[in-house]
Amino acid sequence: MTKNISGEKDNRTALIVCAVIGLFLFLLPALLPRFYVYLASIILLTGLLATSLNFVLGYGGVFQFHHCVFYGAGAYATALMLTKGGFSLWLGFLMGPIVGAILGFILAVICVRLSKLYFGMLQISLGSLVWVTVYRWYSFTGGDDGIHGIPMPDLLSSPNSSYYFTLLVTILCLVIMFIMVKSPFGSALQGIRDNPGRSEMIGINVKRHQVVALTIAGFFAGVAGALFVVVDNTVFPDMLFWSLSLEVFIMCLLGGWFTFLGPMLGAAVIVSLRTFVSTFTVYWAMVLGIIFMFVIFFLPTGVLGYIEEKLNKMIIEPTIKE
Amino acid sequence: MLEVASITKSFDGFKAVSQANLQVEKGEIVAVIGPNGAGKTTLFNLITGVLRPDSGTVRFKGEDITGLPPYEICKKRISRSFQIVNVFQRLTVFENVQVAVLSRMGKTWNLFSPSKKLMIEETNRILENVGLITKRRHTSALLSHGDRKVLEIAIALGGDPEFLILDEPTAGMSPEETSRCIDLMKHLSEKLGLTILFCEHDMELVFAIANRIMVMVRGKTIIQGTCEQVRCDQAVQDAYLGGSDVC
Repeated sequence: MTKNISGEKDNRTALIVCAVIGLFLFLLPALLPRFYVYLASIILLTGLLATSLNFVLGYGGVFQFHHCVFYGAGAYATALMLTKGGFSLWLGFLMGPIVGAILGFILAVICVRLSKLYFGMLQISLGSLVWVTVYRWYSFTGGDDGIHGIPMPDLLSSPNSSYYFTLLVTILCLVIMFIMVKSPFGSALQGIRDNPGRSEMIGINVKRHQVVALTIAGFFAGVAGALFVVVDNTVFPDMLFWSLSLEVFIMCLLGGWFTFLGPMLGAAVIVSLRTFVSTFTVYWAMVLGIIFMFVIFFLPTGVLGYIEEKLNKMIIEPTIKE
Repeated sequence: MLEVASITKSFDGFKAVSQANLQVEKGEIVAVIGPNGAGKTTLFNLITGVLRPDSGTVRFKGEDITGLPPYEICKKRISRSFQIVNVFQRLTVFENVQVAVLSRMGKTWNLFSPSKKLMIEETNRILENVGLITKRRHTSALLSHGDRKVLEIAIALGGDPEFLILDEPTAGMSPEETSRCIDLMKHLSEKLGLTILFCEHDMELVFAIANRIMVMVRGKTIIQGTCEQVRCDQAVQDAYLGGSDVC
């Protein structure tokens, strides 16, 4: 018998890799020019958005097709608090996640009546309603133009400081979500993902757990939205358009939706692609499509999912044979 | 302990279960038998709240539990396993059972303490009871069919049931696995004092371990009685055993 009685995997390799990446991220502003610092901030907050989607997608098995609604709503909430309300940044920043969570809760309560694809379809249509509202309500949201030049306090006005702020908040949020995934709630959620019917039979109130998970996901998407305001000082309706939701969905699948950091990796790949390929061609989505096709064919569990499987073969299987 | 009275359920006019009756006393092992499509699984679904009956009542320990949702019925300490393997595919064997234990303890709203430190002894005890302890770190999708059927039962045991419903526990098992499963059922009944209700096509198994047998044909209860009574009943022989004289 092994000493490790809970069946937990060996996480040391993952920890070392995380530490190296963390160090690199910490030193990044000193190593790379300004543009890359900005890009890294966008990758981090988009990764946070993708991870929050994956909290319900990969761990909860809920097909939340239109996740960006909460991202956009969070960003708009923060932006409006700052511009229309004249509140301080910190209050505005808090408002983002809160609005994200409230909207997440409302949509969840309506949508959990359905399951799987039907959930997704209803969610995409309700989400589009939110988008239309933002898009059309010129007097309040600025409509098509969005809101530009949102004032930031001096502390966060330079790219480096907003980068460090984004890094800090993202890591904090990831840690909290990781703890949640590993908690009994997370176990129940994964049970629901694998088998909702059986979960009910063992006493789990499936719909209520899903609503809570979706609210949490909305909260963290709202954090990502608020971070975007800090980094970019703008908001625009495209932030809650369904095509962005699709991109975020692909980030999860590409990176590995059964892994915790897969969506972050997916975000890094896709945001970089979008940035660099779109300087050569307007058809950057075609490049994304081709890459995604190959991933589906050869790495059905995503890039990180594939790596994890290989590592498991090396680390876990010899110990199982004991 | 469990009392099902004239329960009826139809799907689009087809009466899957009509006027079925069933009594199970504490500590008994009761088998439900009947030809394919007799309504055995539907009956179990009605008892466990997966389906709502059109009419009739289900009483458990004197309490009316008709039409409660499954997660409420689970709290009354009724657990079930499924005919078609119904486990949590991506979780390990350990996690499969652990999530059931966590759920029973009402811990699934705990968002911040790590699961891996909770309910370990309890979960390991269940795995030892069913003989899966050495495989606890395997992902359940990789288990053999027989082991997955046992895991089915182990998940059901995670709810610490008094009343265990097994839907064809040995379906698709090899002879060795079947005899292991019989031993397990006996063990659960004798050592843990569980009341067991199961349905099965393997008559040898049924007559070997059931105290009493209920026979269903086309949704109706034909008879409920001891093995001898059932064996000799003319209606059962006609409907089920093809009319041949086995008595």
